Amino acid sequence: MIVEFGHFAMILAFTTALVQTVLPMWGAVARDPALAAMARYAAFLTFGLVVLAYAALTWAYISSDFSVVNVVMNSHSTKPLMYKISGVWSNHEGSMLLWVLILVVFAALVAIRGGAMPARLLASVLSVQGAIAAAFLLFVILTSNPFLRLAEIPAEGQGLNPILEDPGLAIHPPLLYLGYVGFSVAFSFAVGALVHGRIDAIWARFVRPWTLLAWIFLTLGIAMGSYWAYYELGWGGWWFWDPVENASLMPWLMGTALLHSTVVMEKREALKVWTILLSILTFSLSLLGTFLVRSGVITSVHSFASDPARGIFILGILTLFIGGGLVLFAWRAPALKQGGLFAPVSREGALVVNNLFLATSAVAVLVGTLYPLVLETLNGNKISVGAPYFNLTAVPIFVALLVFVPFGQSLAWKRGDLLAVGQRLLAAFGLAVLAMIATFSVVRGGPVAAPLGLGLGVWLIAGSASDVLYRCCRRGLPLRTMIERALGMPRSAWGTALAHAGMGITVIGISATVWGIETLAIVSPHESLAVGPYTVTLEQSFKRTGQGFREDVVRFAVKEGDQAKGTIESSKRIHTGREMPTTEAGIVTYGLGQLYASVNDTLPDGKVSIRFYWKPLVTLIWAGALVMALGGALSLADRRLRIGASAKARKAVDLQGGSKA
Amino acid sequence: MAMTRKQKRLSLIAAAGGVLAVAAGLILFALSDKIVFFYTPSDMVKQGIAAGTRVRIGGLVENGSVKRDAAMNVEFRVTDTEKSLTVHYKGLLPDLFREGQGVVAEGVYEGSDTVLADTVLAKHDENYMPKDVADALKKKGVWQGGKVP
Repeated sequence: MIVEFGHFAMILAFTTALVQTVLPMWGAVARDPALAAMARYAAFLTFGLVVLAYAALTWAYISSDFSVVNVVMNSHSTKPLMYKISGVWSNHEGSMLLWVLILVVFAALVAIRGGAMPARLLASVLSVQGAIAAAFLLFVILTSNPFLRLAEIPAEGQGLNPILEDPGLAIHPPLLYLGYVGFSVAFSFAVGALVHGRIDAIWARFVRPWTLLAWIFLTLGIAMGSYWAYYELGWGGWWFWDPVENASLMPWLMGTALLHSTVVMEKREALKVWTILLSILTFSLSLLGTFLVRSGVITSVHSFASDPARGIFILGILTLFIGGGLVLFAWRAPALKQGGLFAPVSREGALVVNNLFLATSAVAVLVGTLYPLVLETLNGNKISVGAPYFNLTAVPIFVALLVFVPFGQSLAWKRGDLLAVGQRLLAAFGLAVLAMIATFSVVRGGPVAAPLGLGLGVWLIAGSASDVLYRCCRRGLPLRTMIERALGMPRSAWGTALAHAGMGITVIGISATVWGIETLAIVSPHESLAVGPYTVTLEQSFKRTGQGFREDVVRFAVKEGDQAKGTIESSKRIHTGREMPTTEAGIVTYGLGQLYASVNDTLPDGKVSIRFYWKPLVTLIWAGALVMALGGALSLADRRLRIGASAKARKAVDLQGGSKA
Repeated sequence: MAMTRKQKRLSLIAAAGGVLAVAAGLILFALSDKIVFFYTPSDMVKQGIAAGTRVRIGGLVENGSVKRDAAMNVEFRVTDTEKSLTVHYKGLLPDLFREGQGVVAEGVYEGSDTVLADTVLAKHDENYMPKDVADALKKKGVWQGGKVP
C-alpha cells in the first residue's frame, strides 16, 4: 500500500512540476503577479510529493518489501540498516529518484529564501527548476520506475553489489548529486535573467551563494569518490581519468570559473553575459555527466545497466535544456546591457585569466572524454584516451593557472599595481623556491616534476598567507590591533585564502605520489620485505567469516627500523549470496603518508603474493579538498553572502566593508 | 598611460586567443599521439600492426592458457575464437579474471602475436562485460550479451 502511495505521489509530483513550469513563467512574461506568485506554492507542493515518494521507497527498503523489483535486486533482509537506506541509491532507478529529490529540495530552498528577490525573477527561476524536475520525473516514471512490483514474491533479495557495501556509498552519491544538481539553480537564474531581460550586481549576489553551495558539495563529492575508489578497488590509485570521474571534474572546473566570474559581476558589474553563459555551460556539463553515467554509453563501475531507451531519453532532456538554454542565450543576450570594460592588470583582469584557463581545461577534459564516443560513431574505431592525453592537456593548463593564483589574489580591484604585488609576494616566492631546492637536495634524483609541484603547492599556500598578513599586519602595529583586524576581515576573504591554500595542499599531495614506492612480491611466512622506510613481515594467514562474507586474511607486522609500528591486514573476500570476490586493501596511515597492502593470492604452500605501496604525503590530496570546502563554507557564512540576508543588512555591511574586500 | 577602450579590448582578445591557440595545439597533438586503439585478436592479425605500437586488446581468456611463475609473471592467451594473442604481464590480476571470461589488456605490441601488457582489466561484477569486448564478441556471434540471471 505504501509503495503504491509513493508511486502515486511520484506521478502527482510530475503534474505539479508541470504546473510549476507553465503558470509562473506565463505570469513572469505576461506580468501577471498572481500567476507569478503561484511559483512558490507549486515548488513546495512538488517538493512535498517527491519527499513522500522517496520516503515510500526507503520504507520498502527498510521493511525489506520483496514484492518490489528494485528492492529484490538491491537489498537483502539481513543487511544492516545503513545499507538498506543507502541501498535506495545504489542502483539506477533509486539514484535517479534521489537526483530528483535533491533538485526539488534546491527549488524549495530557493522558494523559501526568495522573498527578497524580484517577483518576476523568482517566478522564472522556479519555473525552470520545475521544468527540469518534470523532465526527470517523466524519465523516472517511463524508463526507470523504482516502484514496479513482482507478481511472484521471492523469499529473499539478491543483496547489494559488494563493492557498494561500504560507508562510501552512503556519502559519495548524495554529496556528488548535491553538487551536480546544485548548479541547476545557477542555470535557472541564468534563464530567469534572460527571460527577465535584466541582469545586474543584485542578480550576481543572489546567484553566488547557490553556486558556492553546489561547488562545496561537488568538491567534497569528488574527493570522497576519489578516496573510495582508492581504498575499495585495491589498485592503489586515486584518480584514473575514467569518463565518469571526468564527468564530475568538468562541472567542477566550469563551476569554479562561474564562482569567480560572479564575484566580478557583483563587484564591478562586468562580465555579465559571460557569467550567464558560464551558468548555462556548468549545468550543461552536469547534465552531460548524468547522461554519460546513466545511459550506459561508457562502461565503468558506475554504469548500472545499458538500456538504450534510457540513453535516448536523457539525451533528449540534455538537448532540450542545453539547446534551449543556448538558443535563449543567443536570442536574448545581445539585449542585455553590456558590462563595463576594465584594466588588464587588476583583480577583475586576473579573474578573467582564471576563467579563461578553467574553461579551457574543462574543454580539454571534455574533448578527451567525448572523442572516443565520436570516433566510434564516425568510423567504428575503438580507442581509449587515458592519463597520457590528460597529462599533456588539462593538467598543464590547470598548472599554468595555479602559477597566477597568488598574483590575482593580491591584486586590487580596478587598477592593480603588479610591481607592488610582486614585492609583497617576494617572501612567498622565496619560500616556494626554498622548498623546491630543499626537496631537490634531500630526495636527489627522481622526476623533477615532484619538487616543482611541491614548490607550486608552497607558492599557493604562502601566497594566501601573505595576502592575509598584508591585510591585517604592519610593522609597528600593536598585536592587539593586528588580531582585531584579522578577526574583522570579511569571512569571504578568509574563505578565498583557505580555498587557495587547500588547492596548494592538494597539489603537494599529488606531487608526492611520484615518490610512491610499489613492491610486488611473493612472501613466505615470517619473511620480511622492505617497503620504503618500513619493513613488513608476514605474520600469519587465516580464514575469517563476517556478516555476509568469508575471507582469507593475511597479516603483516610493520616495523620502522627496530621500532614496531603495529600490523597491516589485507584479504580476499568472497561475498556470500553473489559469490563475488573482492580484494580488501589494508591501509595504515603514518604521519601524512599511507602504507597500502593489497593481497593477490594465498598459495598452497603458505606463501602469499601481495602488492605493497608506500605513499608519502598521500593524505594531503583529500585533506586539501576538505580545506577548499571549508574555505567555501567560510565564504558562504559571510554576512553579505548569506542566502536571503535582508537587503538592508547587506547594504550596512557593504558600507563598512570598505573597498578592498 | 591609461589604455584606451580599444586597447583594453584588444589585449583581452589577444590573451584569450593566445591561451586558446596553445590549448588547441596541445589537444590536437595529444589526440594524435597519446590515444590507444582497441583491437580484437583478429583485427591485430588482419591489420598488421607494427611492433612497438601501444594497443588495447580484448577478448576471452582462452581456457587452459593461463601460466604463472614464482616471480609473479603471468602469461595467457586472449582469443576471439578465430585468432588469439599471447599476453605477458607482471603483477596482480583483477579479482574477476577467469579463464573463459572477458578481459581487456593494454600494453605494447611486441610483434609475432605477443603483447607485453601493463594493465589488465576484467569485468567489474558478474553481469558486466567490458563493452568493447561485448561488441566484438557479439559481432562474431560468440556471445549474446547481458543475460541477467
